[in-house]
Amino acid sequence: MNIISVSNLRRAFGAKTAVDDLSFDVPPGAAVGYIGANGAGKSTTIKMLTGILKPTSGTALTCGLEPLRQRRQLARRIGVVFGQRSQLWWDLPLRDSFRALGAIHRLGPDAVRARTSELVDRLDLGDFVDTPVRQLSLGQRIRGEVAAALLHGPELLILDEPTIGLDVLSKERLRVFLTEQRAQHGTSLLLATHDMGDVRRLTERILVVDHGRLAFDGTLTELAGQVGAERIVVLDLTEPAPDLVGVPGTRLVGVEAGGLRQRLSFAPGETTVAAILSVVASRAQVHDLTIEEPDIEAVVRRLYAS
Amino acid sequence: MANPYVVLVRMRMRAQTVYRGSFAVEILASLGATVSGFGELYVIFANVPALGGLDFTAAVLVFAIGHVSFSLADLVVGHLDALPTYLRAGTLDAFLLRPLPVLAQLITADISLRRFGRTVAGTAIAVTALASSDVDWTPAKGALLAVTVCSGAALFAAFFVGAAAVQFWLVEGTEFTASFVYGGNYAAQFPASVFATPVRVLFTFVVPAAFVAYLPVLTLLDLPGGGALGWCSPVAAAAVWIVALLGWRAGLRHYTGAGS
Repeated sequence: MNIISVSNLRRAFGAKTAVDDLSFDVPPGAAVGYIGANGAGKSTTIKMLTGILKPTSGTALTCGLEPLRQRRQLARRIGVVFGQRSQLWWDLPLRDSFRALGAIHRLGPDAVRARTSELVDRLDLGDFVDTPVRQLSLGQRIRGEVAAALLHGPELLILDEPTIGLDVLSKERLRVFLTEQRAQHGTSLLLATHDMGDVRRLTERILVVDHGRLAFDGTLTELAGQVGAERIVVLDLTEPAPDLVGVPGTRLVGVEAGGLRQRLSFAPGETTVAAILSVVASRAQVHDLTIEEPDIEAVVRRLYAS
Repeated sequence: MANPYVVLVRMRMRAQTVYRGSFAVEILASLGATVSGFGELYVIFANVPALGGLDFTAAVLVFAIGHVSFSLADLVVGHLDALPTYLRAGTLDAFLLRPLPVLAQLITADISLRRFGRTVAGTAIAVTALASSDVDWTPAKGALLAVTVCSGAALFAAFFVGAAAVQFWLVEGTEFTASFVYGGNYAAQFPASVFATPVRVLFTFVVPAAFVAYLPVLTLLDLPGGGALGWCSPVAAAAVWIVALLGWRAGLRHYTGAGS
């Protein structure tokens, strides 16, 4: 049985159609990236999958349940995080939120204690688990939200823009944790985001939604093959060097400051940053480098152009 | 295993009493309604000997019982008039993602301990009024008093729930709830007989505020018009609850249908 099964799902708000004739299935254990620009219909879909919003027509089954009609049964089996909206008690420390959620999900005190200490350890919450939520930084709060969503050991974790506004370090910590959780517990993952980095690191399948319609369903490599979802490595060199052309698997897309900064674009799957660096090292001395992820809006645009 | 509602309410209580200074001030501030309500009654009786057929002591008893019932309901579900705030903050969506009924979560989401001052003051006034009136006490009348206070609190709580349900449709419905609930409260604290007949019918059968205190007090004091009707507060409360719950269910359906 599929963990998510959506067929001909449609949702209109007045004259505006937010989700239009959407169909897809997600098998258990899968990790799916649900991407699209802001306002593409990602959150609306998630609300229909979790029992917050009623579809205008079509059906959505989550864990084989009807989200609205079997809302409470479903709530025991899924964990949901909305990056923009908190599900924690803002005036209380995380530890109290965990205790309350444990009681809400009717876990025994021992189970709550064990699970809390696991999550505190893995998500590195120890420094602030006793601080009221309203005093936490965004990165700390989101980690708390993810821990809260996973406390009852759901079989499906749904994340809506979890990394929006997070600094690089918090993003990275969250990604490492999610990968680990999936490996340990086999949790299925639906990740709505417009961050291509999240998708690359956490998911093996991508659904691209645009204007409420499914525009693409496949792997990242396939998407890159179709529209060239290329990444760019920006190399800052210690001194100006001749153009870095002919590095295997890359294309020189920009030279700035007389050769001091050069930009190479490459398709994921064809080469790696490490391979690029080893070739470049024989021709110039690299001082610093950054990697630019493809912009989701550009990917969607090209998806339509192709 | 801990009951989830007990855990939730205990959490709210703790959060509230953390700031003891402001907590004490708010308890005192909540007494304002008691003082002004009682003052109003006092001014009326300084000018007339009887109000709606009740003497001062009986009228004070109606006021005090209504006041205690209302303050108990306000203590437990008073925050329901802030439903639009919960909607805007996304708290209701969070409730929908938890395996408990939404209304039960909303009710246990807050408890206004600071309003407890009013319950105490109302009780003190009621006790004084009872002591100075010549109630012909029987076990049945003791039971009537207990039933009346509980039913009255339940009735007001149902008003709060019903009025909150309406706010699913009205975006800025706090005013509506306030006028509805506080209007009902006002009506309940006066002898229903002072109102013109249409208003009296409204507050007896449509919004049965008269059952909160007026009718039971008539029965308690063996005054005409009371009798068996004074015992009907639980029925009135049950009826209002049924309407309120139906309204709540429809409101929540409207919310999940309309989206936020």
